[in-house]
Amino acid sequence: MATEILMPALSPTMEEGTLAKWLVKEGETVKSGQILAEIETDKATMEFEAVDEGVIGKLLVAEGTAGVKVNTPIAVLIGEGESADVAPAPAAAAAPTAAPASAAPAIATAAAAGPVEVKVSRSPDWPEGTAMKTMTMREALREAMAEEMRGNDRVYLMGEEVGEYQGAYKISQGLLDEFGPKRVVDTPITEHGFAGIAVGSAMAGLNPIVEFMTFNFAMQAIDHLLNSAAKTLYMSGGQMGCPIVFRGPNGAAARVGAQHSQDYAAWYAQIPGLKVVMPYSASDAKGLLKQAIRDPNPVIFLENEILYGKSFEVPVLDDFTIPFGKARIWREGTDVTIVSFGIGMTYALEAADKLAADGISAEVIDLRTLRPIDYDTVLASVQKTNRCVTVEEGWPVGSIGNHISATIMMKAFDYLDAPVINLTGKDVPMPYAANLEKLALVTTAEVVEAVKSVCYR
Amino acid sequence: MTHTALSLRFAAPDVRPGAAPDFSQFQVPVAGEMPRPAIDATPETLRDLAFGMIRVLDDTGQAVGPWADMPDLTDDMRREGLRHMLKLRAYDARMLLAQRQQKPSFYMQHLGEEAVSCAFQRALRPGDMNFPTYRQAGLLIASGYPVKTMMCQVYGNDGDPVRGRQLPVFYSSKEHGFFSISGNLGTQYIQAVGWAMGSAIAGDDKIAAAWIGDGSTAESDFHAAMVFASTYRAPVVLNIVNNQWAISTFQGLARGGAGSFAARGHGFGIPALRVDGNDYLAVLAVARWATERARANLGPTLIEHVTYRAAGHSTSDDPSAYRPSDEDACWPLGDPVLRLKQHLIARGAWSAERHIQAEAEVMAEIAAAQRKAEAIGTLHSGRRPSPAEMFDDVYAEMPPHLRRQRQQAGF
Repeated sequence: MATEILMPALSPTMEEGTLAKWLVKEGETVKSGQILAEIETDKATMEFEAVDEGVIGKLLVAEGTAGVKVNTPIAVLIGEGESADVAPAPAAAAAPTAAPASAAPAIATAAAAGPVEVKVSRSPDWPEGTAMKTMTMREALREAMAEEMRGNDRVYLMGEEVGEYQGAYKISQGLLDEFGPKRVVDTPITEHGFAGIAVGSAMAGLNPIVEFMTFNFAMQAIDHLLNSAAKTLYMSGGQMGCPIVFRGPNGAAARVGAQHSQDYAAWYAQIPGLKVVMPYSASDAKGLLKQAIRDPNPVIFLENEILYGKSFEVPVLDDFTIPFGKARIWREGTDVTIVSFGIGMTYALEAADKLAADGISAEVIDLRTLRPIDYDTVLASVQKTNRCVTVEEGWPVGSIGNHISATIMMKAFDYLDAPVINLTGKDVPMPYAANLEKLALVTTAEVVEAVKSVCYR
Repeated sequence: MTHTALSLRFAAPDVRPGAAPDFSQFQVPVAGEMPRPAIDATPETLRDLAFGMIRVLDDTGQAVGPWADMPDLTDDMRREGLRHMLKLRAYDARMLLAQRQQKPSFYMQHLGEEAVSCAFQRALRPGDMNFPTYRQAGLLIASGYPVKTMMCQVYGNDGDPVRGRQLPVFYSSKEHGFFSISGNLGTQYIQAVGWAMGSAIAGDDKIAAAWIGDGSTAESDFHAAMVFASTYRAPVVLNIVNNQWAISTFQGLARGGAGSFAARGHGFGIPALRVDGNDYLAVLAVARWATERARANLGPTLIEHVTYRAAGHSTSDDPSAYRPSDEDACWPLGDPVLRLKQHLIARGAWSAERHIQAEAEVMAEIAAAQRKAEAIGTLHSGRRPSPAEMFDDVYAEMPPHLRRQRQQAGF
């Protein structure tokens, strides 16, 4: 019987890849474990082995094809003497995986209220009419670092795997070639050690960018971040500051378990002396990282692994920065204010689309920086909509949402028509299993439900 | 007064991809030459053992020198050792293929390092505790832990003893002396010393074994562990598995100017041995020496196992990006499986035919376990851990707010 060989996922976050090279031909007999092809992911080029024995009936994807989605059939394996023409049948059967049938009537019922008009807000951070280009978050972060390193030779990058390996998540791609090993420094595996070295060098007048492979590992360096970087300027009576950026992926990725999935946004936002940035889009990531590198204070720059490969429009400008403490209104709305940041924006924006179809007009605000935080934009919005839902992936106790709610209560209590709802991850360490992980994170459906609840719908 | 511009050394491996592998700087001492001191010898008299290499199997497969002197080691025990390594290698091969089918999302294999954990386990007793890192599953295999259960952990299915809460290969079994694995590197090393100190304070007779890779010795935890182990003479064996590569980082970056990782022991007054990690009998001999010291209240021993990570760091890694792709074939200490096989054949206790048969038997055993594990489920199908258990074990007793969350989740 013919079996389809599917495009493999070679890492937990891989969604697509390039089929670089076929190492087998049609008609060739293959053994289990034999290398069939070379596949390029955004991280590496890897070999792909046969699982079953058989004859290669057909190669469905030509070598050199980029953007092949995981689980796409790439070849057909047949038994001895079988015809390859039986192949396409299972592919056709697998194709229709559109929305489940039950979804249709639900939308129809809700649509009776009439969909609302969607007003997408323009970013205020660059002049109207600026040319834009599409870029991933990964590319934007690299450009920000490269531009700042070209402009100031005291800026350097250090961390595990940032040089030869081009970054564990390929954020520092090409930087070693351009700037050399003295400015793109591979370190021994000691977060405690290299964070201390970087803080010391910042106090000596350099501008280090420290990459943590994930912010979970920064726990081993936390003494340097809080007790030294954040407090020394104050303790030295203003004599010794620490111009440094600590950056890297933060929060959950996919299937990386309890010790690699924590969101530290609320933790760092609590510390005076630090500035805390958590971008959602590539343009914000670029403008805010450039701003962070120029800032004379220690900046915690929280990225997200899932967002690294996501594309956004980024302005084509020689030099642009985005000031800290200015939220961005992604969608204007009248019925409810959804406040989020980082990857939480994904759920907030998806929910706003679904709610629009249900006749609820949601205003979606991306805080972008958590210290300083833009209270004014949030308060002005709540005074207009009278309702608020906050969305983040971190844990419920002491969350950013708690803080936003308290501020609204203190400053705009009389404007509220419903209690603010804080949506967060569940109060458990992140489980590994896919079904449990999904449950532990905040979801678009929860955002939709919460908004309907504050709207009494 | 003259002023000299100051400079630094930036360490780099001898070769990078595109160049021919070069181990000309790697010294391979003759097997059997290192002395075997008494277990109560002082660290000062053991200095050379941290810089040479304890080797038992010579190029012809003969076991030679004082460390080969293990009169109780029968042919059956030697064959069992070979079988453990074959089993670990077959298990890795099947799990690697399973990962390519996305049955787990991720996997880490031991290729080339099988002797270290398989041999070391034979020197332990029930109740002793390992604090392992990623490439010591041989501790489980050699202690008879079911391979099916290991697969269930890797798949995160309903047969997984840790209930889908941990990454693949992060096994945990108190009964089999396998603590758990920390994804944050190095933390387990100081915890192992603490566990050993606790055992001694409680007046127990159980010892601990700490495990760390060459790269992670740079973590502060390693140095803190050495201070405590030395100061309190904790009953612990401190293992460093030097497999030459910390993902893409060559071992010299963590080792610095010292001649070996074992030499780290000297500043702490800890006896330190450097052993051929691809020599099953040498690893077994030093493991016995070190555990005997710990059990006799003579304190910690540091062991550097010199080996080579022949495959990628994990299924997400492509080593040809940072080292010559044929470097593993040139590794001077060879393949641990082939070396023990050669030894058994030289003793007349094995043959090429029996080896082929054993490989087939082991693979059939692993494949059968895999069918059983997959009958329960994989990452994406079958029976998986119930969301009802997701809120368990956050605290010893479930607080009311977690009970409410569980009920809201429908369980």
